[in-house]
Amino acid sequence: MSKSQNNLFQKELVNEAFKQSFVKLNPKIMFKNPVMFTVEIGTAVMLFVCLWILFGESSQGSFAYNFTVFLVLFLTLLFANFAEAIAEARGKAQADSLRKTREETPAKLENGQTISSAQLKKGDIFVCEAGDIIATDGEIIEGLATIDESAITGESAPVIREAGGDKSSVTGGTKVLSDKIKVIVTSEPGESFLDKMIALVEGASRQKTPNEIALTILLAGFTLVFIIVTVTLAPFAKYANAPITIAAFISLFVCLIPTTIGGLLSAIGIAGMDRALRANVITKSGKAVETAGDIDVLLLDKTGTITIGNRKATSFYPTKGISQEDFIKSAVLSSLADDTPEGKSIVELAGQDVANKLSIEGATLIKFTAETRTSGVVLKDGTNIRKGAQDAAKNISETAGNSYPQDTAQKVIDISSNGGTPLVVIKNNQVQGVIELQDIIKTGMKERFERLRKMGIKTVMVTGDNPLTAKFIAEKAGVDDFIAEAKPEDKMNYIKKEQAEGRLVAMMGDGTNDAPALAQANVGVAMNSGTQAAKEAGNMVDLDNDPTKLIEIVEIGKQLLMTRGTLTTFSIANDVAKYFAIIPALFITAIPALQGLNIMGLHSPESAILSAVIFNAIIIPFLIPLALRGVAYKPIGASALLRRNLFIYGIGGVVIPFIGIKLIDLVVSLFV
Amino acid sequence: MNSELLGIIFMYGLVMLLAIPLGRYIGKIFNYESTWLDKVFNPIDKLFFKIGGINPTKEMNWKQHLVALLTINIVWFVISILVLTNMVWLPLNPDGNPSMSGDLAFNTTVSFITNTNLQHYSGESGLSYLGQLTLMLWQFISAGCGMAICAAVFMAMKEKTSATLGNFYSFFVRSCTRVLLPLSFVVAIILVMNGTPMTFEGKDTITTLEGNEQNVSRGPVAAFVAIKQLGTNGGGFYGPNSANPMENPNYLTNIVENISIVLIPIAMVFALGFILKRKKLSWTIYSVMTLGFLVLLIPAVISEMNGNPAISNMGISQNMGSMEGKEVRFGAAASANWATYTTVTSNGSVNAMHDSMTPIAGMTTLLGMMINCFYGGVGVGFLNFYIFIILGVFISGLMVGRTPEFLGKKIEAKEMKIAMFIALLHPFLILVGTALASHLYASDSEALSGWLANPGYHGFSEMLYEFTSSSANNGSGFEGLGDNTPFWNIATGVVMLFARYLPIIGPVAIAGMLAQKQYIPESNGTLKTDTSTFGLMVFAVIFIVAALSFFPALTLGPIAEYFSAK
Repeated sequence: MSKSQNNLFQKELVNEAFKQSFVKLNPKIMFKNPVMFTVEIGTAVMLFVCLWILFGESSQGSFAYNFTVFLVLFLTLLFANFAEAIAEARGKAQADSLRKTREETPAKLENGQTISSAQLKKGDIFVCEAGDIIATDGEIIEGLATIDESAITGESAPVIREAGGDKSSVTGGTKVLSDKIKVIVTSEPGESFLDKMIALVEGASRQKTPNEIALTILLAGFTLVFIIVTVTLAPFAKYANAPITIAAFISLFVCLIPTTIGGLLSAIGIAGMDRALRANVITKSGKAVETAGDIDVLLLDKTGTITIGNRKATSFYPTKGISQEDFIKSAVLSSLADDTPEGKSIVELAGQDVANKLSIEGATLIKFTAETRTSGVVLKDGTNIRKGAQDAAKNISETAGNSYPQDTAQKVIDISSNGGTPLVVIKNNQVQGVIELQDIIKTGMKERFERLRKMGIKTVMVTGDNPLTAKFIAEKAGVDDFIAEAKPEDKMNYIKKEQAEGRLVAMMGDGTNDAPALAQANVGVAMNSGTQAAKEAGNMVDLDNDPTKLIEIVEIGKQLLMTRGTLTTFSIANDVAKYFAIIPALFITAIPALQGLNIMGLHSPESAILSAVIFNAIIIPFLIPLALRGVAYKPIGASALLRRNLFIYGIGGVVIPFIGIKLIDLVVSLFV
Repeated sequence: MNSELLGIIFMYGLVMLLAIPLGRYIGKIFNYESTWLDKVFNPIDKLFFKIGGINPTKEMNWKQHLVALLTINIVWFVISILVLTNMVWLPLNPDGNPSMSGDLAFNTTVSFITNTNLQHYSGESGLSYLGQLTLMLWQFISAGCGMAICAAVFMAMKEKTSATLGNFYSFFVRSCTRVLLPLSFVVAIILVMNGTPMTFEGKDTITTLEGNEQNVSRGPVAAFVAIKQLGTNGGGFYGPNSANPMENPNYLTNIVENISIVLIPIAMVFALGFILKRKKLSWTIYSVMTLGFLVLLIPAVISEMNGNPAISNMGISQNMGSMEGKEVRFGAAASANWATYTTVTSNGSVNAMHDSMTPIAGMTTLLGMMINCFYGGVGVGFLNFYIFIILGVFISGLMVGRTPEFLGKKIEAKEMKIAMFIALLHPFLILVGTALASHLYASDSEALSGWLANPGYHGFSEMLYEFTSSSANNGSGFEGLGDNTPFWNIATGVVMLFARYLPIIGPVAIAGMLAQKQYIPESNGTLKTDTSTFGLMVFAVIFIVAALSFFPALTLGPIAEYFSAK
């Protein structure tokens, strides 16, 4: 996915949004946004007032003035609609570029027949060979292939997907580079994740999130207050013998109600999901993004997330009396046929040169079993080489009557306490030495966890390691807690425990055995490479398969809430200046002393009212970029963040309109 | 420094000196911790519960609390109406005062059950001593109800998840017997010692210096005045309230009465800290309230001490400040001070004529009642503040990117709906009431000329003040308003009823629902509500909601008057 689409206002998007701004004037659509709906009513009333004046009414001021007020109100509506439309258009464009990758791809069925991807139904099985585009989302049931997923992830390095295990899932639109796979279709046409996401950003199935609902109540409340304020002003004015024109009434009302946030509210919500999509995360609902901002606990797998892949051999420590060279030779021999990552890393550490000189032709391989807890080879000449955990090795050597060397025993303790895994090598029941395996922690993890801690999120590492090793790595990586010797149900129990204490938990996972935990977590992010079950269980799918993506998701969630909060504050704070513009203007003719309230020194009552409504209208397009990009989140603690935002958007919200209205008045006074 | 100013600073110092230990004591009472007064009160309480057939240990949920409160109020409402309309033949009427008319009895009863004490009558001529005693009982009951329901909200703010919030009757009896009664007793004794009457005998006759005979009304004044001040009731024994030398003989009693106005409202805030073991939260709330109080107090005192510009323009010296409508024994500063105390709390007793205040002081007193939570009424002041906390928490929660939570409980749509409704109610009642009156007056000012003593902006302020005072359950009057008419009696009566009970039901419902939610432990991302930043946020919310709703109305009243007089 191209990340270059950061330009907020592309031409075709603007055109589409412009068209939608008018379509959305339909009262039926408008009704969903109570704040803007009242503006629409006000606009309609102003239209009637204009007509009324054309038919000879003279008490309402000039036609030009009334018509200008009408036009500005109409523009306010269009601006608000435009904000929503441009957010939708951007989301749609993003989704479309994803959708393009999967249109009309031919799929070869098992029987050799070729059909269009659109005809594939859940349960169908199709075959892909090197060079084919995978027709739709599915799971590999047979074979293994390298796949280029750059079409959806932007990552050019090919990935391996194979039947069984946790990397069996393939996505429509990606390309098979080698080998042949059989894939079973896992979703009905039009119901894949992507389709769901597209529907969400297009607004068709967008449901308001709980926070959005609560905020709408708040805004509706403010709107009601100002309805009361303006309606009761009529008898007050009658008492004071200061008649108010309809235009002034409606202008006052429209300026006071929180149109800025009301106009931008849905745009902010859509933009939040759009930002998630830009981060290559597909969300199943807007609520999930919002919840992400509230996360208290983050569960991360050690392997692949905190550490790079698997443990790697880092050192050879021969027992006293064994030469380094001999020991390495034994270690490599025992590992040549061992295709576990640990085994490969031993060969790697010894160097290919050493490996090339050795041969295990005709040797018998001894696989690792839970009983022996060792693995190794019996060479052609009968040499028996094993490697394994210390207690197993000790057992073997002592059974054979050999004493277990003191220095190796000490080394094993040293390695363990350093977070490493010791592997003892024995040749013909004699201890040769110990290999140290270490986890390699990814660079930058410590900083990331620190950032999470500042956000108030506790990180928990999940690992199969023993508690000692787990503790060491946890400390080294900077996570707050760990679950050692974890079984799949441990994750589940941990999540349940945290939830019972009132915390919100997020986790990432890919395997089928992660599915229940993903479902239990408040935010479950499944890797796109993971199994179908995992993807079904989670409420987000990460196309990049990047385990640290959760950090980004949390920030997107926080940004979403913050943008709403700050713009609400800004919108309400604006009212102070608007009051000082309009209230004196309403009464100054009847009560000249109120000139003292005209602290901005506005030109005339009419220019004051026009300036206020114009400011009220143009502030919406000015804030669209902010609404779409979101207010930047800084992990500086809640109180500091509140102070910062209160200063920028609260104080700023009071001051800016004073300046803005005065400037507009300077221009308007040239015409009035 | 000016001794007038020193006087009011001294008063506030005394308030703080007393309020903090009193808060701790109230906290102990609602926490059922032992106090040295237990020996006296435990048997009394037991007797009350035995007579009432009440089990004081039965836990109640928030709905049961409200039912209990309303039941007490309805029963006494009926009794009170019966007494007031039949005083003429009932006992304890040595002066032979008449019974009340139906609408006046309705207004009076409503005003006393709602802790408003808006008096459309004059006590000395409009009530028998039985009537006075009935109303005095109300001053205890309404204040006790306020404290008890506030205690229920305190219980709901605890960390644990719970459906029940203690027993209302028990809170109520403890509030009355252990707080209101002893404090009233002390205050009444001080008043009696300074000359306030305390008798059941009828009018006395004295010969004035000019040699004329004059009747002087008496009665159980000291007892009445004590609870009127302490329970944020404000209804005086005499028409002129605490401006009358019988109710408030000298500067010393003025200090005692003035302190009594805010003592319990401030102590309740500190009680919260003791009950929740969150003293910092108490101090934050107290600071916000005090900041708001000072913002209103300082301009009022300065304005009154500077005097009325219209009089200065006539070349008359005003070095004592604006003395129209003020008692010489108190002076301008102490009168402005009292006016602010009595309007920020929902007390409403007066020691000067508010109608004669300068426009600035007129506006600050109005604003105090419009905001109605800078200390506020006994118990209910905190409930009003609670609503603003909820709104503040919601907006600031969004501002820091976290679903809003208050003391570990999530604020969701349902709570917002109630909070917004309650926040709306006060402006609604005041503005719609005033609009109705303005409309009627403007439509036929000849026929209603008896309403307003002053035309123009000041007349508008008089109507605005009457509705604001009713809706704030304050009860003070701008006076100058001919308010004993069916329109004013019924309209303000209805406003008082809505403005009393809905703002009790709302916060209790929110607190009750939050109490049932799961507690979320604090993390770095949690917005702390006991910080100065959050305090400022709540202050801004309060000021913006009040200022924004009432700015146009204030413009046509005191603001227009201020600019016109300049």
